[in-house]
Amino acid sequence: MPDMPEISDFVATSTLLQARPEEGSGDRTMVLNMGPQHPSTHGVLRLVIEIDGETVTRVVPDIGYLHTGIEKTCEAKFYQQVVPMTDRIDYLSPMTNNLCYCLAVEKLIGIEIPERAIYLRVLLNELTRLNSHLVWLGTHAMDIGALTVFLYTFREREEILRIFEMVSGQRMMTSYFRVGGIALEPPLDFFDRVRNLLKILPEKIDEYQNLLTGNPIWVGRLKGVGHLSAADAIALGVTGPPLRASGVDWDLRRDMPYSGYEKFQFRVPISNDGDVWARYVVRLEEMRESVKIAQQALDGMPGGPIKADAPKIVLPDREKMKTQMESLIYHFKIVTEGFQVPAGEVYQAVESPRGEMGYYVVSDGTAKPYRVHMRNPSFATLQALQTMCAGRLIADVVAVIGSIDIVLGEIDR
Amino acid sequence: MTRGWCKEYTAASYTVVMSIVRNIAGITKGMSITFREMLQPTEVENYPDGPGPTRGAVLQERFRGAHELQRDENGLEKCVACFLCAAACPSNCIYIEAAENTAEQRISSAERYAKVYNIDYNRCIFCGYCVEACPTDAITHGHGFELASLNATNLVMRKEDMLVANVGMPGQLAAHSDSLK
Ligand code: SF4
Ligand code: SF4
Repeated sequence: MPDMPEISDFVATSTLLQARPEEGSGDRTMVLNMGPQHPSTHGVLRLVIEIDGETVTRVVPDIGYLHTGIEKTCEAKFYQQVVPMTDRIDYLSPMTNNLCYCLAVEKLIGIEIPERAIYLRVLLNELTRLNSHLVWLGTHAMDIGALTVFLYTFREREEILRIFEMVSGQRMMTSYFRVGGIALEPPLDFFDRVRNLLKILPEKIDEYQNLLTGNPIWVGRLKGVGHLSAADAIALGVTGPPLRASGVDWDLRRDMPYSGYEKFQFRVPISNDGDVWARYVVRLEEMRESVKIAQQALDGMPGGPIKADAPKIVLPDREKMKTQMESLIYHFKIVTEGFQVPAGEVYQAVESPRGEMGYYVVSDGTAKPYRVHMRNPSFATLQALQTMCAGRLIADVVAVIGSIDIVLGEIDR
Repeated sequence: MTRGWCKEYTAASYTVVMSIVRNIAGITKGMSITFREMLQPTEVENYPDGPGPTRGAVLQERFRGAHELQRDENGLEKCVACFLCAAACPSNCIYIEAAENTAEQRISSAERYAKVYNIDYNRCIFCGYCVEACPTDAITHGHGFELASLNATNLVMRKEDMLVANVGMPGQLAAHSDSLK
């Protein structure tokens, strides 16, 4: 291939490492390497920053340190076996990933999901959003230097994780949703526990807000930092809270409802400031809205089955499987041969805590996906780093990284 | 001239004073929360110095930990070597060799039993698919979680490592099998 750049050129441009300037050339900038082991890059993000004194002139993210090959691995698995892979893309929102994948495949097959499963999915997704935002708030504040908030947010997060463990068996890698419903009926005291959690959460969110909002250091480090205009945000494909903090009123839960979100009443908080502070305010408000949605899901929780009535796709009930020959045969068939999905392609997007998370699934009619591609919000938001940081001080880079709430597993896949 | 300067000076010092007052108020608000929290009960799991078999770790009923191979009410192994768990496993970490039961030596209640049953814990992701797939509830997730080892070869669990003790009494079996009902 004659047009391919030489590898050495590629390395030079991608890492920003250029030859030292000639003596006396007047080149005043310096290249600084931040990460991949830097504590405030939230994982293995490496930023190559060109600085002029203390002013940032260029930021180039160098990604790929966490490449797991999940997208490729999915092609070798049955459709139902992909669910545990999707957990591992984003350690803060496994349920959202499960949901998005399941919705995509369900769309391809065209099955109806029972109401109870839909409500449970929404409930768990809002808990996931709370979980993710709590981690974001704690770590963001810790980056800025407010360590206490971290301890408080992780206390509440612990309870959410216990609820996840209670319902699915794992705290983080839940693998709880299945194509056609959810895996198991939640245990008996699950709903009470969620209700108790939702009762205390608004108060706790007030507490975080009181702890931070009036704090002069917090205000000084956040206000006016990392500005991103609405036009830039849209051009760069930024979604989720950073987009809404730039004044664009766009939330997939409301504007392109999926999984029954049209049945819930909630506000979409936006702000016009476009800075790190605005993202903080928007996320805090989002947490309050999430509590409301979860409360509605809890109050309106219908009874009934948790799996669709599709014997060729959904594993039968344990009880039936043990007593009825037909169910046992389906059980064997699904486990050993998977289920065939009609040929076609589908894109399904959901609003993850970080923005638009999309699954693009291509089927060739067999029991294994031909291609599963994920559109991950962190990847797009990371591209906006240059716009947000250029011309600002190097200390602001830390605040900006915290504000875009980055998850590296999602970027590298 | 002097008066104007004076006015400006007063205005400036007023702003400075106000911002100091605001900052003090902000910090006081934050500190009041911190002090209030000091009176709250601590939220600590005292692992590994706590009481009980988990040494203080709090695990939920459904927790997916180390696998256990169950026995039936007669003390026979429940596993009938149907290979469903191996087929369901997304990380291909279950290895089974089946053998026939004979009249003299009966291991499981059906025709076949698993002569070799290995789970490679280097690969297992604790997804629970094997438990979901097993038609006889032979494999379940126990609550074992202290699995780390300095030697990777120790992490291949054999049947003997996972099989529950044969006390021959019903009741022991139900202990860890809530995960799939
Ligand atoms: S828990 Fe999952 S990965 Fe582990 S053995 Fe069972 S099916 Fe395989
Ligand atoms: S553990 Fe269960 S699924 Fe696996 S071979 Fe034995 S009986 Fe079959």
